[in-house]
Order: sequence, then C-alpha cells, then structure tokens
Amino acid sequence: MRYAMVIDTLKCVGCSDCVVACQTENNVPIGYCRDWITESVSGTYPTLELELKSERCNHCSSAPCVRCCPTGASHIVEGGIVKVTANECIGCGACIESCPYDARYQHPEGHVDKCTFCHHRLEKGQLPACVSVCPTKCMYFGDLDDPTSEVSQLLKSRKHKVLAPEAGTKPNVYYLIK
Amino acid sequence: MQEEIFISGRNIPNIDPVLQVWHFPISLYLFLGGMAAGIIFFASLFTIMRKEKDFPTTVKGAMIVAVIAISIGLMALMYDLTHMFYAWQLYTTIRLESPMSWGAWVLLIVSILSFLWVFSYSTEIFPKWDWKFDWLKKFQAYLIKNRRTMAMVMLPLAVILGIYTGILLSAFNARPLWNNPILGPLFLTSGLSTGAAAIILFSKNHFEKHLLTQIDLALIILELGLIIHLLMGMAAGSAVQIEAMQVLVNGEFTVMFFVFVVILGLIFPATLEGAELMGFKVPSVVPALLILMGGLIFRMVMVEAGQITRYLY
Repeated sequence: MRYAMVIDTLKCVGCSDCVVACQTENNVPIGYCRDWITESVSGTYPTLELELKSERCNHCSSAPCVRCCPTGASHIVEGGIVKVTANECIGCGACIESCPYDARYQHPEGHVDKCTFCHHRLEKGQLPACVSVCPTKCMYFGDLDDPTSEVSQLLKSRKHKVLAPEAGTKPNVYYLIK
Repeated sequence: MQEEIFISGRNIPNIDPVLQVWHFPISLYLFLGGMAAGIIFFASLFTIMRKEKDFPTTVKGAMIVAVIAISIGLMALMYDLTHMFYAWQLYTTIRLESPMSWGAWVLLIVSILSFLWVFSYSTEIFPKWDWKFDWLKKFQAYLIKNRRTMAMVMLPLAVILGIYTGILLSAFNARPLWNNPILGPLFLTSGLSTGAAAIILFSKNHFEKHLLTQIDLALIILELGLIIHLLMGMAAGSAVQIEAMQVLVNGEFTVMFFVFVVILGLIFPATLEGAELMGFKVPSVVPALLILMGGLIFRMVMVEAGQITRYLY
C-alpha cells in the first residue's frame, strides 16, 4: 500500500478551506499550519499564468527527515506515511533543516509536528480532513499500489508533476497540471 | 518572471520568511567541537610519537581547554533543543544514516576519554593536589600507564569529531549551501587550525610554539584552498547551488565572510605567522586570537547563511 494525494491545480480556487479543516481536525496551535496554499504567477504580461496549489508534507518515499532523525522519532508507518512520535523527539531541528518543502515546524510544546495524512481518520476509513472538505473537490486521496484506485487512474490519464523532484525525495503528493 | 506567494496564512515562526531553526548555540558548538577535536588530535598524535615531553602545553594545559570547550559546547547543544528533557533519547539508539546520532555517540566517548586524560595528568599539572582515595590514585596510575593506548583511540575519534561538525551540515540536501562534500574536510581543517591556535595561545615553550605555528600556517593555506574549492564547485553547479553561493559572494553575508573570515581570520593571521617564522618579532597572541575569532565567525556565517538557501520550486 502506498498512500498518495492528487491535487488538481485547474480546479483549486485557493479558498484555504483545507488549511482551516486541518487546523481544526488536528488541533494545530494558533499561528501554525500543517498545510498551506501557494499562488504562483509566471510569464510576462499579458500572457500570465496562475497556478494555485494546496501544499503539505509530501510523505516522501525517500524521506530525508526520517534519514537524519537521530532518535528514530521520525518514522514511516504502513502506507508510507511519515509520522513523528512526540515523546521520542528531542527537538534538535535536523528534520526541519532536511525538508526541501519546509513542511515541518517546532510545536510550541517543543517536539516537531507535521501533516500525518490524517492517519487517525484513515484508520476509521475516512478521508483526510483537507480532502473531505474541499468545496471544488480538487483533492483526491488513495492507494497508488492499486491500479484501479481513483488516484492511479488520474495519474494515468492526466499530465502531472511533483514538487522539487530534483531533491530526490520521491514525493507522494501529485499535482495535475493539464 | 516567476513569482510565488503564500495566500493561506503560512507564516510559521522560525520558518517563514527564512528558516531560523538553528541559532548561535549551534555555531558555538561547531566551533568549540572543532577546536577541541584539533587539540585532542595534536595531543594524541604527539603522545603516539612519544614526543609529549617536547609539547607540554599540548598534552596538559590545552587538553583542559579542550575539556572545557567540549562541556560548554555540549551545554550549548542541549540549550538549542526545544524538547530538551527528552535528550536522553539520543543514547537509546545508534542510527548510522543520521550524522547527529553517531556524532552524539562520538562526542560522548571523546568527552569521557579527554576527561580521563586530564585526570591522568592532574597531579603533574597541580603537584600539590592529592586525590585522597587510594582507588583513585590506583586508577590514575593505570591511566598513566595506558596513556598511549588512549591516544590511539582518541586520534581517529578526534578526526571523526572534526569531520562530523561539517558533515552535520552537509547531510541536508534541502539547504544547497551546506549540501557540499567539501564541508566535512573544510570544517576539519578549520578545527585543526583553531586547535593549533589555542595551543599557541597558552604555550610558553618556544619549540612547541614554533612547530605548531608551522603546522597552523600549512593548515590555513589548505583551508583557503578548500574555501576556493567550495566556491568554485558551487559556481560550476546547478541553478540551486549558484543561487545558494550568492549568499556568500554577492549577498547578505559577503562582508562577514570575506572581511571577518577570509581576510581577518585567515589571510592576515597567516601573514603574521609567516613573518614570525621568518624571524620578525610578532606577539603570537595576535594571530592566535584572530584565527579563533575567524573560526567562530566562519561557523556563524555558514549556519545562518545555509538556512536562507533553499530549493527553488
């Protein structure tokens, strides 16, 4: 099993509903976030192109944060989800330094915190909070090892990209671009 | 033109707009750890060569400095942990792919060994000191007999400790300025050079001072070569590396780096040491202090500058 998220950049309107849903669901401390939205504009006027993306931890298959963690607090659970065990984390910050996506932050309580793909919801058969609230239904979640799953089908039929593939992290959050 | 903005409130403390997770204590540790590694390296080397009589400060006084430096460095490391009461978790496991894990173990072993080393020399340094208990005296005699064995263990560990201060940074591919294989050797060379400078600072023995000044001069020239190597390697790299290098050669840290590290911390003291070796009268405290200052500022620049470089996507 390999969990993956597929996000349609053509359908995303950048409403930040996913951000608020995550903060509520996961009790994210005020002022912090586990997911966020970026708006990138490229080109020269008048031929500008706008791309909206909901970003978060990419749950990389080759995760540098797990590799550099000195205590093993950062680990990978079934399905390829990267998680942090709070009472094994010493707060050294090595994983934050190692993440090319800046997806981790130091929780005010001291340990490091990040997106978990809402592992606690997946165990109950529910979708991650961000996916379940998206008003334009631009986010898809599923198992990439299953060729019949919605995410596998989407990646087969649509043009897509991942963020910073040159960092060699093999990210598992995909963005549909056409 | 490419412009990217965050439209959801992503304004995470210490990450946006630039990463600031590691602060001054880390730079201080990298400097003190490197300097201690340098001192331990020379003390072990001269002991293995059976030359400890010719280098009294290296094996005695400077080793006290090394022990103090490691202790302060360790405290600085602990201080920068945000979950510091869980620090013992470091010693519940060894993870070879994490430099911080094996580095923490090496640091522990080196600090215990160098403490025992100073203990073995304690009665020689303070002749009036009495260890009171018989078993302590026996233990000390045992250590004195096995000093050369200790040196043989400490020599490779000192090299690993010195290299580790660089590898700790270079293991992160997300920070392009750090992600460079030359950083390990560069930090080791700088550590050995600052170690030698610390010994020169305290030494009163003319022969010892003279030889360490020669070694230090060679190390500084090597270090300058490695810095050129670092900059040229980055300039010939990918867009990410070229962008990262701008921080040092054409950006926020240029003045700090070239004025305080390269000129005042390396070229100027090297010139003074050269003049001293040629027979001119130079107070050896001046180049030694400049080298130590340059070493500390070099760590500060690398830690701070590395964190503002990132992948472009």
